[in-house]
Amino acid sequence: MTRTILGFALVALGLAALAWLPTQVGAYGVGLLLGMTGYVVLASAWALFSGPTRYVSLATVAFFGIGAYTVAVLSETLPYWAVLLVAAGIGLAVALVVGLATLRLAGVYFVIFTFGLAELIRQLVTWYEVNVTGTLGRYIFLPISPEQIYWQLLALAALTIGIGWLIARSRLGLALKVIGDDETVAAHTGIDISGVKLALFAVSATIITLVGAIQAPRWTYVEPSIVFNPTISFLTLIMALLGGANRLWGPALGAIPLFLLFEWLSANFPSHYSIILGLMFIAIVFVVPRGVLAGVEDLWKRLRRKGEAA
Amino acid sequence: MTVFSRRSVLRAIGLAATLLAGVGTAAVSAQDRTSVKIGYAISKTGANAGGAGITTLPNYQLWVHEVNEAGGLEMPDGSRLPIEVLEYDDRSSSEEVVRAVERLATQDQVDFILVPWGTGFNLAVAPLFDRFGYPQLAVSAVTDKAPEFVQRWKKSFWLLGGGHDYTEALSKILLDQQAAGTINGDVAVISVADGFGIDLITAARQSFADAGLNMVYDVTYPVGTTDFTPMLNEAAASGADTFVAFSYPPDTFALTQQAQVAAFNPKVLYLGVGTGFPVYQANNGDKIEGIMSLGGIDVNNEAVMDYRARHEEFIGQAPDWWGSVITYASLQMLEEAIKRHGLDREAVSAELSTGTFDTVLGETKLEDNQLRQLWFGGQWQNGNFVAVAPSDREGASAPILPKAPWPAQ
Repeated sequence: MTRTILGFALVALGLAALAWLPTQVGAYGVGLLLGMTGYVVLASAWALFSGPTRYVSLATVAFFGIGAYTVAVLSETLPYWAVLLVAAGIGLAVALVVGLATLRLAGVYFVIFTFGLAELIRQLVTWYEVNVTGTLGRYIFLPISPEQIYWQLLALAALTIGIGWLIARSRLGLALKVIGDDETVAAHTGIDISGVKLALFAVSATIITLVGAIQAPRWTYVEPSIVFNPTISFLTLIMALLGGANRLWGPALGAIPLFLLFEWLSANFPSHYSIILGLMFIAIVFVVPRGVLAGVEDLWKRLRRKGEAA
Repeated sequence: MTVFSRRSVLRAIGLAATLLAGVGTAAVSAQDRTSVKIGYAISKTGANAGGAGITTLPNYQLWVHEVNEAGGLEMPDGSRLPIEVLEYDDRSSSEEVVRAVERLATQDQVDFILVPWGTGFNLAVAPLFDRFGYPQLAVSAVTDKAPEFVQRWKKSFWLLGGGHDYTEALSKILLDQQAAGTINGDVAVISVADGFGIDLITAARQSFADAGLNMVYDVTYPVGTTDFTPMLNEAAASGADTFVAFSYPPDTFALTQQAQVAAFNPKVLYLGVGTGFPVYQANNGDKIEGIMSLGGIDVNNEAVMDYRARHEEFIGQAPDWWGSVITYASLQMLEEAIKRHGLDREAVSAELSTGTFDTVLGETKLEDNQLRQLWFGGQWQNGNFVAVAPSDREGASAPILPKAPWPAQ
């Protein structure tokens, strides 16, 4: 119990320090923090669903784009907080519809479906803009500073990790563990498998939608090819995998170093970035397939066993 | 035996200290300026790399090379400082281009920032150029909203016109030809369902209606379409003498091939982006004679033709016939403004806005921060993509219409 309280106090202190950080670093530092926090939220939200269920989702950018586009469409007509609410609502609704239709798919079928979903939504938005509104690009002129975007993302990150923590300690978390280990067993113990998966998918998708909505004012101009960029899905996936999708802090611990590494690479090796990125993807999958955290734990166990044997 | 005698160690330390001190002084005088830092983020990879690699990047390289060959950028006091380039790849991602420009402005603290390629990316970075006080000479951005943007971002400059400029120029050519009895007043139009195509078709619907032209066929196709035969057949069946495609490069190339196969011979054939690419001419040879598109060059302007020759020599390929020369001219304007006001960005921006410059385009002056001396329509004539619109501007060639049918296959 005291450990939990201590943990909370530490996290609160950490959050306060992070929230204070933008006053100390320049505009570039804030941009860096902002991008990093964005990916921490994306990876953590992705892992909420994909970690325990082992459903590899490439739909991240579909929801991210929905969020950004909602802001672009509504920023002139509604107050900002209402836009965020509407964005979250749309994300949730789409996630429920999609989840109901597809969460019975498994394995590679689900991966392909989610990848297609992002493209489907992008084409739908394009079709609508072409045939109904007759313009493709939309402008977002909101007086929101990068610091404010960063604070919103930070709050969302805290919320996401908080939700992950709560789920892990609830009946839902236990049900998830069973599903992840063996779906047949889970069904026989009376767990409502599709209900649990749907709930999780919806929560994760809503958070991802909010990330898109919060980050959109930074770009001024939004069009489908910009906000439905599939790289976002891949980066989220690889960050979560690097850290370990089954650990509470895993995705965050994957996102931060990878983001900084990408930033360093693009600043210092702008021409070789894509090659190095591809090699890293391969390396992560081969060397630490279960994530760095799990890898470290394995190593620790092995060392201890060796120590005991000796 | 000791390998190092005390004396030699002392001597080495002394030498090192002198060297360090020397480097220290060098570092101090570096702040006294030995170069001008110019940075840019450009799409070297990803979806935008094709356009950026033809219209923008080669011209940056050519300009930097030429300036440094001449000893560097000239300052108001007549001294010259070489350009030091910082180049980032934005990987065709808008978050990346935003962060790269932030990095250039606040980390690298460059003196000037050159613009990225594309309408969307120029808009994405416009608030940053404004906030950090850099002039933004946006070239590869076709937008009808330029006057609005100039109000919002005082140091932004928009150099390639808007969709309406191009469609109005086209409808004027068509009206003239209709009056001369060359073509009928029916127009068939297809457009790509993406930024450029949608802007242009929206503008064209209005321009054509204003001109009293009759759009008998108006279809939008998704990005990535490869088979245009059905559209070409329907356009042919519509009886229109004019066929217009607001297309992207791959579509433009495919349309050119498939129109030949289908023996589709409209009297006016107007295609979109890519018609002015060097590879288009290389691939299609003489068959492109008479095809029209956006942009164009006054081939009797020696400065422009000289620029084209230098570009081909240094880069290894010719520039395109639309945006390239504008990109180069924008850099010449910047160079000249720096010569007049040094590295004071406020003064350089003001000079760009109000000054008159001598560039490859001739005497160049911006109106309300926009370049209006542009060629809005061109036509392939004898291996050159010559400017035909606006027809009242000096240097314009007369369009040769109707376009001759494709040579027999």
